[in-house]
Amino acid sequence: MAVYSTNEFKAGLKIMLDNDPCAIIENEFVKPGKGQAFNRVKIRNLKTDRVIERTFKSGESLEGADVVDVEMQYLYNDGDFRHFMMPDTFEQYQCDQKLVGDASKWLKDQDMCTVTLWNDAPLSVTPINFVELAIVETDPGVRGDTSGGGGKPAKLETGAVVRVPLFVQQGEVIKVDTRTGEYISRVKD
Amino acid sequence: MRDDWQPTTAISALRLRANVLDCLRRFFWARDVLEVETPLLGHACGTDAQLDFFSAQYCAPPIQETLFLQTSPEFAMKRLLAAGSGSIYQICKAFRNGESGRYHNPEFTMLEWYRVGFTLTDLMDEIAELIRTVSAPYRTLEAPQRSSYQDVFVQYTGLDPLVFCVEAYSACAQAKNQPEALNLCGDDHVLWLDYIFSHFIQPFLGVNAVCLVYGYPACQSSLARLNLQNPLVTERVEVFIDGIELGNGYYELSDAQEQKSRFEAEIAERQLKDRPDVVMDERLLAALETGLPECAGVAIGIDRLLMVLSASKNLSEVINFPFDRA
Repeated sequence: MAVYSTNEFKAGLKIMLDNDPCAIIENEFVKPGKGQAFNRVKIRNLKTDRVIERTFKSGESLEGADVVDVEMQYLYNDGDFRHFMMPDTFEQYQCDQKLVGDASKWLKDQDMCTVTLWNDAPLSVTPINFVELAIVETDPGVRGDTSGGGGKPAKLETGAVVRVPLFVQQGEVIKVDTRTGEYISRVKD
Repeated sequence: MRDDWQPTTAISALRLRANVLDCLRRFFWARDVLEVETPLLGHACGTDAQLDFFSAQYCAPPIQETLFLQTSPEFAMKRLLAAGSGSIYQICKAFRNGESGRYHNPEFTMLEWYRVGFTLTDLMDEIAELIRTVSAPYRTLEAPQRSSYQDVFVQYTGLDPLVFCVEAYSACAQAKNQPEALNLCGDDHVLWLDYIFSHFIQPFLGVNAVCLVYGYPACQSSLARLNLQNPLVTERVEVFIDGIELGNGYYELSDAQEQKSRFEAEIAERQLKDRPDVVMDERLLAALETGLPECAGVAIGIDRLLMVLSASKNLSEVINFPFDRA
């Protein structure tokens, strides 16, 4: 794997730090006029998702991390693992439920999502920004209410619970923003 | 069509720069300080181990020479002082290789001035007055602050910068959640001072005010005089506003022998650090031997000053074509 100097650090670059794959978020060059140059770097640990700050002497270098984001199709859940497939090669990957984490509540069979691979093994899963899912359970709406005003919880086919306006009914398909978990609109057939 | 032909600055930033330059020139005109120009391209350059220069080839076959773009106009201006110019100032470009970031551009604008007969205290008064004058139309700054390096160090970290204790320094970094400092600085006192100052102190200096920090440790200053009462510190001042370093000044070293030995120490340090070789400025040494008048001098980064006046977050908001568009 390539080696990167602090001079090449920029947002998005994937590097190895303390044996974990990480992504650079921000790289600030800090240099007193008459002193040593440092780079103060904000880094996300891609395994734990935690953000840390670390200082390097300018010119120091770190090994790159073989991390790539790949569009895959979600196939099914066998209880222990979630299974994904590359749409062009049909190559399949299985991913521990722990790594899928919160993304699992937006994953519907056959939907596309982004799987992050580290050394060709899944590291994390990111759902697409907007998903369309059916409501399997919600209280009946109040007659005459056509606007938001408060809303009510609705359970979706993947198990996620989102707040929806009172007029939205069980069985309807809705569009949700997976980054915020917010209801966007009803989806008309 | 590519759009990186455009300046990164708003047109208002061009006006700000023009107005500030005009204001600076009036300031010095009124004080009878002479504007001068010195070469940007020279046969010698600064020896500071922390600064890298750009070099260029002079080519008039069969003559080939390596020339250096100046990291500051200091040496040439001191030659003018030794020749009897009296107090002088210059607004020029300076070049520092490898320095690029939010607060750094490898080519930048510098204001440098020397006051014959001034002490460091006189110079600090004038720096505060100059910044008050140029900033008045744009920002109302609070009263200038002055502290010794030792005092700010103790205030923010509880550490004594003049007495090196690796355990105490490292415990401080550890407590501030930066354990990597120990690995990085090891037992290098100067490196520790740079680390601690730039991470734990500087960001808090001069909140909406000019903060002048004087009395830098002797191990950190190549061209300043040692303080007569306390030879552990030098007659050096740094200028900060909103945590941004704006400039550096000295009560100038005029002893040619002392200067020569500091040059030699720096050249040795450069070799140790594997930095490119430099050519010592023998003409400066000759000028110092002839006699530099008692004087104090300071350099202020104009681009950073413009950042502070316009509350910008990045030099690209005040430099129309920064490095990546130059």
